[in-house]
Amino acid sequence: MTIFFAILFSVSTLVLVAGLAMKIAQYARTPAPLKIPTTPAPLTTGGVALRLGREALLFESLFRGNKLLWLFAMVFHLGLAVVLIRHARYFESSVGPLVALVQPLAQPAGLAMVAGLALLLLRRLVIERVRYVTGPSDILMLVLLLAIGVTGMAMKCLIHTDIVMVKAFFTGLTALELRPLPNDPLLGLHLLLVCLLMIVFPFSKLLHAPGLFFSPTRNQTDNPREVRHLAPWAARLEEK
Amino acid sequence: MAAAPFDIPVLGDPAEHPVPALKPGAMAASKPYVAAEAHQQPLGFPGELTEGWEKRAIDHMGSLLSKYRSLRVFMDICVKCGACTDKCHYFLGTGDPKNMPVARADLFRSVYRRYFTPSGKIAPGLVGARDMTKDVLDEWFNYFHQCSQCRRCSVFCPQGIDTAEISMAARDIMDSIGQGQKYCNEIIGKVHKIGNNLGLPAPALLDTLEGLEEDILDETGVPVKLPIDEQGAEVLLVTPSADFFAEPHVLGLIGYAKVFHAAGVSWTLSTKASEAGNFGMFIGNYDQMRKISMRIREAARELGVKRIIFGECGHAWRVAYSFLNTLAGPWDFLDPRYPVPQHILEFTSDLIARKGIKLDKSGNDGMVLTVHDSCNVARGARMGDKPGGQFTIPRAVIAASVPKLVDMHPDTICDKTFCCGGGGGLLTDELIELRVKGASPRMEALKDVVDKQGVTHMAAMCAICKAQFTKVLPYYDFDREMVVSVHQLVSNAIVLGDND
Ligand code: HEM
Ligand code: SF4
Ligand code: SF4
Repeated sequence: MTIFFAILFSVSTLVLVAGLAMKIAQYARTPAPLKIPTTPAPLTTGGVALRLGREALLFESLFRGNKLLWLFAMVFHLGLAVVLIRHARYFESSVGPLVALVQPLAQPAGLAMVAGLALLLLRRLVIERVRYVTGPSDILMLVLLLAIGVTGMAMKCLIHTDIVMVKAFFTGLTALELRPLPNDPLLGLHLLLVCLLMIVFPFSKLLHAPGLFFSPTRNQTDNPREVRHLAPWAARLEEK
Repeated sequence: MAAAPFDIPVLGDPAEHPVPALKPGAMAASKPYVAAEAHQQPLGFPGELTEGWEKRAIDHMGSLLSKYRSLRVFMDICVKCGACTDKCHYFLGTGDPKNMPVARADLFRSVYRRYFTPSGKIAPGLVGARDMTKDVLDEWFNYFHQCSQCRRCSVFCPQGIDTAEISMAARDIMDSIGQGQKYCNEIIGKVHKIGNNLGLPAPALLDTLEGLEEDILDETGVPVKLPIDEQGAEVLLVTPSADFFAEPHVLGLIGYAKVFHAAGVSWTLSTKASEAGNFGMFIGNYDQMRKISMRIREAARELGVKRIIFGECGHAWRVAYSFLNTLAGPWDFLDPRYPVPQHILEFTSDLIARKGIKLDKSGNDGMVLTVHDSCNVARGARMGDKPGGQFTIPRAVIAASVPKLVDMHPDTICDKTFCCGGGGGLLTDELIELRVKGASPRMEALKDVVDKQGVTHMAAMCAICKAQFTKVLPYYDFDREMVVSVHQLVSNAIVLGDND
């Protein structure tokens, strides 16, 4: 089990990091030939940073569009964010201040994440319009995240695993050293699913996380009359 | 109104946000005419679909993906959350689920996934990936011509996905393989050949303008000029050709002329740039958009003007405000004190604020106005120097000209405005059912203020909106003359005499 997960985690991490890096590089390299911010839009770069910040942290547009979905989305994503931050404790030898800060929120955040996911799934099945645009991969993604959340919560609250060993395993991995994992089926399942998530991440709609920051309707300044915006391929048309 | 061969949507209360149940296939048969070879060739597009078009379509898709970050990113980042599903006027009016923005985009995305993503190549069924086939192409043709590129979906999408960008890309791909749309491509051909969308030749324009000068003189006793091709004028006015042709557009043109006259600013129209509209945007073709824009640059140079001002037109203003500097700039040969281009409403509102013109509201006695924010002005452009000026400036001009102005339901104005139903290259007779049904959210909000606040007229600032409303208002038992140009109101109110 230890060797299997050591290899699997190394491969998954590689796929996640390399896949994301390639996608982000592709987004960054592709030019945006025209100014298309959805107006009213900020006139300055600082304003754009604020707009993106509000979108990423508060889901501003979603709030204007659908309050109930916004609530579910917030519950899930905030829960997820806290859970992710807290997981840093398995990788750092000493626990950082941010991790310590969210530590007391661990249990509510895990619950929020799972509850948010369940509500999102329910909504996907119940609302006719949303069901229409749902494909198998959309359901599977929620099920995968739910399964990760539920196995994690189960270990936290019901069938405890030896987290000291888990931490040793991961800090060992980062130091390229093999230390044993607890031989625990629930933990095995949890880790297996996490690896799956890491592998599919760069090939799925989870690209919305980095992608949002490249969305031209949100990340462009509204100054087309003041500053001439010209993509390299469009500039070449002018040489003719 | 004669009975229409289709059901007219029942208008509800805009505050309740009525959303129809899904009616799959309701609009499956709605499509515009396919462009004939004669419409395709002048634009450099193949005349018809020929052997191997599938591969050419995919190759063209690949090329667009590498040229447009919008397309590239939007293909990947949709989370299928459905926040956009009840935002499109064509869905609200027809109930056809493929008119939900995400479903429309998925017609394109399914093909993208099949050819450009590992998941679509390995497990097409899992991620809804499809091969490019004739059936898929026909579905594209029908449903990407049921999108007016109004960008309403982009306002509410948490990822900022603008389905208009995807419609434009789909149309460009279809043009590139020989399945273009007749209406848009025929019009672009006319712009290249004659100079404007309506195909009005120079002598006809001169005639019209002379006639208008006589009308104004008869009515006001003031010799207001409508100059064309006048060397050395200060301002080049570029306006949609409908302004030379139909009511209420032409009443707006008279308004611009009176404002220039009262302000004492010399101006001219141009036979070469006798069209503000740029249908190159509707077909998603950068080259065409650029060629059409270059006419304005050439006209401005030839006439030696110092400023360029655009007349009332929504999508024209988006191309002008957001793209003109990119497409046909830099404008370093014009007067640097003014933005290039300016909107006629910026010009007029500035004059009103400086008391450079006088308005007498009694010229519009008895009218209660509301205002329709044109989609491409609201969500694709700006006026003035502050975000949202595109909402405050037209309202300021209208409020200064009429006794009473009220707004429609807040979820149907400003950046949440609904498209008139005829934008984006859909203003053609064979799409009348789509146009009437797509207008229903706007009609609903209009009826609300007519019933509750006694509104008599709706001001519009776009040639397409004006033409579309004139046509569809009667289907909803409104008078076709309810829609008026903003500068028609200015025209009725402006005091001409004592400025001379
Ligand atoms: C910058 C970071 C992120 C932002 C701004 C963001 C934002 C959003 C928004 C606005 C939605 C739509 C509302 C909803 O359906 O919940 C969404 C959906 C979703 N997000 Fe995120 N997200 C981020 C990161 C992540 C991460 C890291 C994951 C998972 C590992 C994730 C998983 C999901 C899933 C699965 C959905 C679809 C939910 C459904 O099916 O209804 N997100 N995200
Ligand atoms: S709102 Fe945006 S992310 Fe959500 S389904 Fe629509 S297009 Fe996709
Ligand atoms: S751009 Fe407008 S017409 Fe097109 S899908 Fe979005 S809301 Fe509908």
